[in-house]
Amino acid sequence: MGILKKIWNWIDDRSGLTEMFEPMIKHLVPPGSKWSYVFGSATLFCLVLQVITGIALSLLYQPSSSGAYQSLLFITNKAAFGNVLRGVHYFGASGMIIMVGIHMIRVYLTAAYKFPREMAWISGVFLLFLTIAMGFTGQLLRWDANGVWSSVVAAEQMGRIPLIGKYVARLLLGGDTIGGHTLSRFYSYHVFVIPAIIFIFLAYHLMLVIRNGISEPAKAGRPVDPKKYREWYHDMLKKIGVPFWPYSAWRDLLFGAATIIAIISLAIIFGPPELTQPPDPSFIYTNPTPDWYMLSIFSLFALMPPEIESYVIFIGPGLTIIILLSLPFISNKGERSPIRRPWAVFGVLCVVIFILSLFLLGQQSAWSPKFDVKPLAAKVVHSTDSVVIKGASLLHQRGCLFCHSIAHQGGLKGPDLSEVALRLSKKDITIRIVNGGPNMPAYGGILSNQDLTAIVTFLETRK
Amino acid sequence: MKENEIDKRRRGFLIKITLGLSALSAVVAGIPVLSAMLAPLMKKTPAIWRKVGLIDEFAIGITKLVKFENADPEAWAGMTAFTAAWLRRDTENVFTAFSVNCTHLGCPVRWEEGAELFMCPCHGGVYYKDGSVASGPPPKSLVQYQVRINKKAVEIQTAPVPITSINA
Ligand code: FES
Repeated sequence: MGILKKIWNWIDDRSGLTEMFEPMIKHLVPPGSKWSYVFGSATLFCLVLQVITGIALSLLYQPSSSGAYQSLLFITNKAAFGNVLRGVHYFGASGMIIMVGIHMIRVYLTAAYKFPREMAWISGVFLLFLTIAMGFTGQLLRWDANGVWSSVVAAEQMGRIPLIGKYVARLLLGGDTIGGHTLSRFYSYHVFVIPAIIFIFLAYHLMLVIRNGISEPAKAGRPVDPKKYREWYHDMLKKIGVPFWPYSAWRDLLFGAATIIAIISLAIIFGPPELTQPPDPSFIYTNPTPDWYMLSIFSLFALMPPEIESYVIFIGPGLTIIILLSLPFISNKGERSPIRRPWAVFGVLCVVIFILSLFLLGQQSAWSPKFDVKPLAAKVVHSTDSVVIKGASLLHQRGCLFCHSIAHQGGLKGPDLSEVALRLSKKDITIRIVNGGPNMPAYGGILSNQDLTAIVTFLETRK
Repeated sequence: MKENEIDKRRRGFLIKITLGLSALSAVVAGIPVLSAMLAPLMKKTPAIWRKVGLIDEFAIGITKLVKFENADPEAWAGMTAFTAAWLRRDTENVFTAFSVNCTHLGCPVRWEEGAELFMCPCHGGVYYKDGSVASGPPPKSLVQYQVRINKKAVEIQTAPVPITSINA
């Protein structure tokens, strides 16, 4: 017994372990900082999980435009636990993005960004965008058809930056076209560049937590007064503060462990995202869709009016960042409790509903043509008239069903035509087909008169 | 007093040298790093004519997907060295080649023979036969490649992935 203790004392004395870490572990925190405080640390747990599984993946992955796909097949199908590993890294990324989002909403709702924690908020905003950048570049390293086209889409977005857009796009692709340099670049961003920046901001973010202390639970009627706050906070800690470990830290640990267990379970149950076709840019029969955390933005691109879109692509992200960064300067004192800040609550609700509805719309992707639609069944056509039958088959052949549906068959982009004859006269139907509309091609130059008559005759039976 | 004065000047001089040398070392080390980062901007990609088939392989009026190698692909590019284009034989000797990249955000458009339209799977952009926008978000017509006939062969000139800029 005695000897072990002696050895430890020697190590501790010469290495300074206790001296360095005890103040961090035992620093006083306000009492009552309960479950709403666990999301920041849960993000950190996810990050650690991502680093570890990322390193493991890098042992098996080939970061080259030509070899990556083969190595992904190897990881997924052959490597021991490779499938689970990919799954954990994928769900870990999802977990991290969710936790970052909740953490940010919590901090905003309880106004923990106010004096003296402005810099914690600002570094947090950078960490948020870096996390999203990790998500996007990571999705790309899944170098299948989706990965290839995602990098094109990313380059196109960069292209909208005035003046330097083309150059940025070119830098991103590593050349004029997709090629040998493309994946190497994204690999470097995802594995070295962005993580290095994340670590710098993260270290700073955590240092600030120790320096300024975690915010005390907000209480209505106890506004922040920058002149007195620090003194008041220290007195409060002295009187009623509790050591971080174990009184507060156990919740972080418990929740973090639960998060990681959930991530691993999801990975085992659902597995990683399926690989699509090989990364051949000359293979075009693919439908690029982003991972779920990018889906809302994807929908936004489909739904925005085209006239303003170029500007939104370029101004939108910049404006969002500026607004988020300036928040603690706009309001750095006063009430913190959400009860006294109804507009803040309302704002968060609006943003969350906006993003969620875009997400749901994105899942449906009603704007995408339904390329694989089947011809209408005889039962649906329900006619013996040869012109009607011909019209029905033309509706399929000519691609009308890509966007319109009849009896639940077809695309969702245009109006449902199941009962079109009840809404429109024969003349109106004809005009619409020939001239098109704001969201429909004009078929006047495409259909022969005969075909047009057949289609209109068929549509007239839809009532 | 005088001793002190000299000391201060000496120290100031040494500090300047130290800072100067540090800056120099940073710049010198930075040059190869920056050039690795900016390499894609410094390289000039040539435009090369690539054969995509013999004239007789294309029927008049038909739009076909063709595949060709990019201008100067790296040895390790593998299948990513290739690009596709939609090639149509308009008349006996006239060919048109469209880029497969949607002008909206670059997704691959498909030629739908029956509908005689190009359609984009991503956000539903649609183009007419001549490449002009029929509906959806694309801000401008499909970009075309140069095509020429060389003896009995059809050739396409390589070009960068078309990037739509803010003023379309
Ligand atoms: S990329 Fe084609 S419509 Fe958006």
